[in-house]
Amino acid sequence: MKRWILAMALLVAAPQAGAELKVFACEPEWAALAREVAGPQAEIFQATTAREDPHLVQARPALIAQLRTASLLVCSGADLEAGWLPLAVRQARNPAVQPGAPGHFLAADTVRLLEVPATLDRAQGDVHPQGNPHIQTDPRRMALVATALGERLATVDPANADDYRRRAADFARRLRTLQLSLEVQARGLRGARLVVHHAEWVYLFDWLGLQSAGALEPKPGLPPAAGHLAALKAELAAQPARGIVRSPLADPKPAQWLARETGLPVIELPHTVGATPDAVDLPALYGAIVERLLAGTR
Amino acid sequence: MAELRQAIAQLRKDYEVRISDLERRLKAAEHKPPTTAATPPAPRHPKTGATAPAPAAAPLPDPVAPPAAADVAAAPATPPRATDSAFNPAISLILEGIAAGYSRDPETWRLPGFQAAGHAGLPPEGLSLGHTELVVSANVDGWFHGQATLAVHTEDDSTDVELEEAFIDTLSLPAGFGLRAGRFLAHVGYLNLHHPHAWDFVDAPLPNQAFLGGQWYDDGVRLSWIAPTALYLELGVEVLQGGQYPVAGDSNDFVGGAQNYYLKLGGDVGTSHSWQAGLSYLRSEPSGRESGHGHDHADEAGEHFAFTGDSNLTVVDVVWKWAPDGNPRERNAKLQVEYFYRDEDGRLDFGSAAGGALLPYDGRQQGFYVQGVYQFVPRWRAGLRYDRIWSDNALAVAENGSGESDDDLLVESGLLDAGRDPHRYSVMLDYSHSEYSRLRLQYTRDYTLPEADDQVFLQYVMSLGAHGAHAF
Repeated sequence: MKRWILAMALLVAAPQAGAELKVFACEPEWAALAREVAGPQAEIFQATTAREDPHLVQARPALIAQLRTASLLVCSGADLEAGWLPLAVRQARNPAVQPGAPGHFLAADTVRLLEVPATLDRAQGDVHPQGNPHIQTDPRRMALVATALGERLATVDPANADDYRRRAADFARRLRTLQLSLEVQARGLRGARLVVHHAEWVYLFDWLGLQSAGALEPKPGLPPAAGHLAALKAELAAQPARGIVRSPLADPKPAQWLARETGLPVIELPHTVGATPDAVDLPALYGAIVERLLAGTR
Repeated sequence: MAELRQAIAQLRKDYEVRISDLERRLKAAEHKPPTTAATPPAPRHPKTGATAPAPAAAPLPDPVAPPAAADVAAAPATPPRATDSAFNPAISLILEGIAAGYSRDPETWRLPGFQAAGHAGLPPEGLSLGHTELVVSANVDGWFHGQATLAVHTEDDSTDVELEEAFIDTLSLPAGFGLRAGRFLAHVGYLNLHHPHAWDFVDAPLPNQAFLGGQWYDDGVRLSWIAPTALYLELGVEVLQGGQYPVAGDSNDFVGGAQNYYLKLGGDVGTSHSWQAGLSYLRSEPSGRESGHGHDHADEAGEHFAFTGDSNLTVVDVVWKWAPDGNPRERNAKLQVEYFYRDEDGRLDFGSAAGGALLPYDGRQQGFYVQGVYQFVPRWRAGLRYDRIWSDNALAVAENGSGESDDDLLVESGLLDAGRDPHRYSVMLDYSHSEYSRLRLQYTRDYTLPEADDQVFLQYVMSLGAHGAHAF
């Protein structure tokens, strides 16, 4: 009889014992960060791949089902996911990840954002009122997010709080060391002018002291148009740049056209973890970016 | 211990925030960039620091200068960014306009075999405003979310304001349960849950028009549950007042005049495909349900038919979406199918100034539509739709004191299909300059009546204000 009770108790307790911390990461960079900070025990669901445009995700049933059982969501915030995340979170009815709950972690809330628009008008394209949300290409900001995520994990899962804080501190230290050595490698690039496809490299430019020589998109989110490209070409003739930066996600044709017209090199940079084969994790992402920038502008 | 540490961390954070705030003010007062002496969350490399010009030497901030470390930390002055619009509700306004041309007289429009009602019918010929919609929504607090939709229609000469939605949702019930109360779009099939501005064609498919009066919303309560599984599984039940088409009458029942049960499944197949399927069963007992659009019958001296009996509607829907590698920016496709089956049993009461009649009625009506939409280049989409409805109605005249012949009554009821299954073919092409604006051209070949109708529509749909997230 006692054995039966014990067996039953084990059966009932088993799901709880096996249920690890479950993290829902909106983009690949946050899945990678969560893997570093939450450790091997956590189950991490990555909602979008590096091939997906985070602006255009839909509140798919598969994502709602994952949010239903998540204990923490880690996303960019600053309205990057405004087209789907608020709806998906609401439909998942999971109190743990509702806005305001500790399980609702937005990376953009933990760092200072750039390009906060002075005026809000959709005639300006797809603008984000709180600032540019593509923060992941700056290791300094990523280190801050890592520390904040460690604190947040400690709140969500107090039993392992020390582990989370330790891993977050270790990873932030690793990032800072890497950042400093990459800054030394890239010191020759300081002040270099580069054309971008989409306004997603602001934080990289801020970190390495690069300068934007214009964007292929006339306004954020709008596809490049011939007239705008011609004007850009004329500007570049007057004030030369050193290359054209695009992510593997962006349509290659406008960059190729401008490269043919101006003789500038096209530099393909990973915008997130997994965007190019060499960007296997966050440290590799920053390494790959600097390496490709140096190779491209040589 | 952990609490203490947390409290200290919080304290430290507060101080950092205050210090950087002070620095910011100092900087504003002195017109010079902050020094690297600020409490640095991310320390700067001495080398890069050395390459920067001394702040005092540069009266104007140098764009090439490396940013001070404190610059990457969160700005203290900004309000919390957790919600999409601080404390104001998200407000969006939909503007829609239609130009319609028909080869047949649109006044003769009807659906043989069906008593159309509600918003069923053709958009007005010529230029007209479509749905002007105002949607206001926000989280009320940690427990509730609220939303209201006001729609303005122009019908004939009058402009009507309708409250299409006004509901609250619970956010934090345990174990995946959710409760919705108020007025909302009934969970019947797929398209009925989407606002017309999110539709891929100008008009509702024939089965939605015949069985739901275009789009059906009602007052009531919905209880639903989502399973804790990787496969999306939702079960729900709605009790609805049932005061209007496709129900009518018994609206003073405590549990409403209609109950709707539904099941919804969904998931992904690889990274490029996602799907959703649904099954719903609406059980209702309409009492004195009148058909017609008002103006259809106005010239017939108050003649009307009213249905009383059982009406059960089953709907199956499947939606499949494709986007290469999950990225819909360049190309994407959507395939959508819904099938409707309605079983009605009861009687029709005919009334006019001259007298009345009683017609026992047993009907089985079906319909489906299938549509595909393909975005072949950014901004441009093309779509094809085929919709068809058919009926098998048994109708007789039991008592006739109306002065009209039995045969006339049977014809006037509209439930005889005269050997016709109404069906249509539609093609559409639309262009979206941004995700907030859409221009559409649609051509429909309509075979609802013996004489086919060529229909051409031009439409604009614009959304202003809050970034409206659309359900799958």
